[in-house]
Amino acid sequence: MSRIDFMQGNTACAEGALAAGCRFFGGYPITPSTEIAEHMAAKLPKVGGVFIQMEDEIAGIASVIGASWTGARAMTATSGPGFSLMMENIGFAVMTETPCVVVNIQRGGPSTGQPTMAAQGDMLQCRFGSHGDYSIIALSPASVQEMYDLTAEAFNLADRFRIPVFVMADEIIGHMRERLMIPDSVHRGERKLLGKGNLPYQADDDLVPGFPVFGKGYGVHVTGLTHDERGYPCATSPSVHECLVKRLVDKVESARDSIASCDIVNPDARVVFISYGAPSRAVEQVLHDIHNDNVGHLRLKLVWPFAESLLSRFSNAETFIVPELNMGQMAREIKRHTNRRVIPVPKLGGALHDPFDLAALVEELL
Amino acid sequence: MTFDEWLRVDRLPHIYCAGCGNGTVINCTLSAVDQMGWKKEEIVFVSGIGCSSRAPGYIVTDSLHTTHGRAIAFATGIKMANPDLKVVVFTGDGDLAAIGGNHFIHGCRRNIDLTVICMNNMIYGMTGGQGSPTTPRGALSTTTPYGSSEAAFDLCGLAAAAGANYVARYTSYHVKELTLAIRTGLGNPGFSFIEALVQCPTNYGRRNKLRQVSDQIEYFKSHAILAQKAERMREEGKKIPDDMIIIGELARRNRPALGVRK
Ligand SMILES: Cc1ncc(C[n+]2csc(CCOP(=O)(O)OP(=O)(O)O)c2C)c(N)n1
Ligand code: SF4
Ligand SMILES: [Mg+2]
Repeated sequence: MSRIDFMQGNTACAEGALAAGCRFFGGYPITPSTEIAEHMAAKLPKVGGVFIQMEDEIAGIASVIGASWTGARAMTATSGPGFSLMMENIGFAVMTETPCVVVNIQRGGPSTGQPTMAAQGDMLQCRFGSHGDYSIIALSPASVQEMYDLTAEAFNLADRFRIPVFVMADEIIGHMRERLMIPDSVHRGERKLLGKGNLPYQADDDLVPGFPVFGKGYGVHVTGLTHDERGYPCATSPSVHECLVKRLVDKVESARDSIASCDIVNPDARVVFISYGAPSRAVEQVLHDIHNDNVGHLRLKLVWPFAESLLSRFSNAETFIVPELNMGQMAREIKRHTNRRVIPVPKLGGALHDPFDLAALVEELL
Repeated sequence: MTFDEWLRVDRLPHIYCAGCGNGTVINCTLSAVDQMGWKKEEIVFVSGIGCSSRAPGYIVTDSLHTTHGRAIAFATGIKMANPDLKVVVFTGDGDLAAIGGNHFIHGCRRNIDLTVICMNNMIYGMTGGQGSPTTPRGALSTTTPYGSSEAAFDLCGLAAAAGANYVARYTSYHVKELTLAIRTGLGNPGFSFIEALVQCPTNYGRRNKLRQVSDQIEYFKSHAILAQKAERMREEGKKIPDDMIIIGELARRNRPALGVRK
């Protein structure tokens, strides 16, 4: 029997991870994400899992990647400063195709910025923050319920694509308390294992190679150097490098329409809000208040890879309004994919957009 | 045992320069692991970045060649998530004590059940001979062209002070002793740290009047002094010259270890 509960977003995130079978958490405390680590520290030992507080976030993500190679579902959680420290090892996870989940409860940056205030300033960093070309998946919860659901789903996506998957929440969603429904069980995908006779980095039709769990006799060498299908370093062959990097990008990008996840309201509207995370709450208020079929809403739950086909679902759209808790990070991506008008509504400082301001903007446009 | 059975022979020839001391440490390690009677599938080698850190890529077991300085942090995740695995870390002096210094001391403090083997050539070999935290005062490197003006780390002293259960130092001259020390480390629960001083003829010896491999080995032989003897000298109030290398078992104790199956 599913049950109704009332909890904080960060707690729901940890509960979603546990329900998805996460059995390893390695991390370092940082506001406003710390409650996730604290909840995992309390709960993991009771389900046979491991919690370890590492010496910094570099070590946190490193331990998570190490744990993942033993076959465990593993995660870490952090915020801006810690997220910056993780970047090199996130690239290592991409290159070695290590499934893992990284939660970022975003706060105001740059630098120490606003530790207790919400922001969405790391949306480009999660996509591009490590060096080299690659692609990842980022989810953005807009409620306590989605902190639970999307964190659980992040593990399935990480295992399926063998990539780091980011849960890009923010201080508002992480610290708010709401009702949520906890299901009996969550859907749990499998991490495809390396098939007999296959080379360790020989990809299947889905462009993802099977996973050779450490300790099972595969005898696999895993390196962040450019490697061939055997997993052997091969760092000076232009073709091996090009093939590998293109596959790392393509395995995610070619799936972007099939994994797209969003809510669509009024697809025939002329003015359409595009939002993700906390600002979606303000947009929902606007739609509720003005009640006009000419105002639509595209709410992204999966932000990266951005599925531009979603824009064409709004065939009458003249204007896209993009409220974000940053200076227009996703608006920039949306502009790349449409010749219709895109109006970013940046918001800095930690407070949410005022629905009255957004409604006034809509009135002007209609 | 034959080394072929432990090595990825399809990856040979290796990248090491002729006369490099790393090969000796790999041989000692494989002999020690073989003597433990462990199955290949239960062993994982982990490393960071550097010439020394390339070693796992030549060994047939599962291995993780990670980022510069972070091997112990990755290894901690592996060992905590699956304590049945025997996890051995290969690292270099730069990898371990410069960029990875924090992970090193915290690994010792946690006393996590790893065996960490540092190939200390007192230089950044892979990047062409820059000074490292173990470059002796006065030694020449590409970034200390007038001689290093900084003090060198005592890696074993660091490990012992930070809480490692087993700490030993030998050199590439002391093959038997080094093999035995690695074996002891492998069998000892908790953090085992073995420092192996090795020659880097290409990037250290060449600049420091130890051009021939035999010169460096001879240097290790003539400058090594057993820990017990050094202790006696200290008690007798005799000064141990700064350039002496204190070898032997430097710590062995039984603090509670992390990552051991209860
Ligand atoms: C983050 C980062 N900084 C710098 C480097 C460049 N780098 C590669 S190996 C190395 C030094 C290795 O020295 P050491 O650990 O002593 O290994 P050795 O090659 O001497 O065995 C450096 C600085 C790197 N790979 N990553
Ligand atoms: S540069 Fe030095 S450490 Fe590196 S392989 Fe050559 S001799 Fe060995
Ligand atoms: Mg070195």
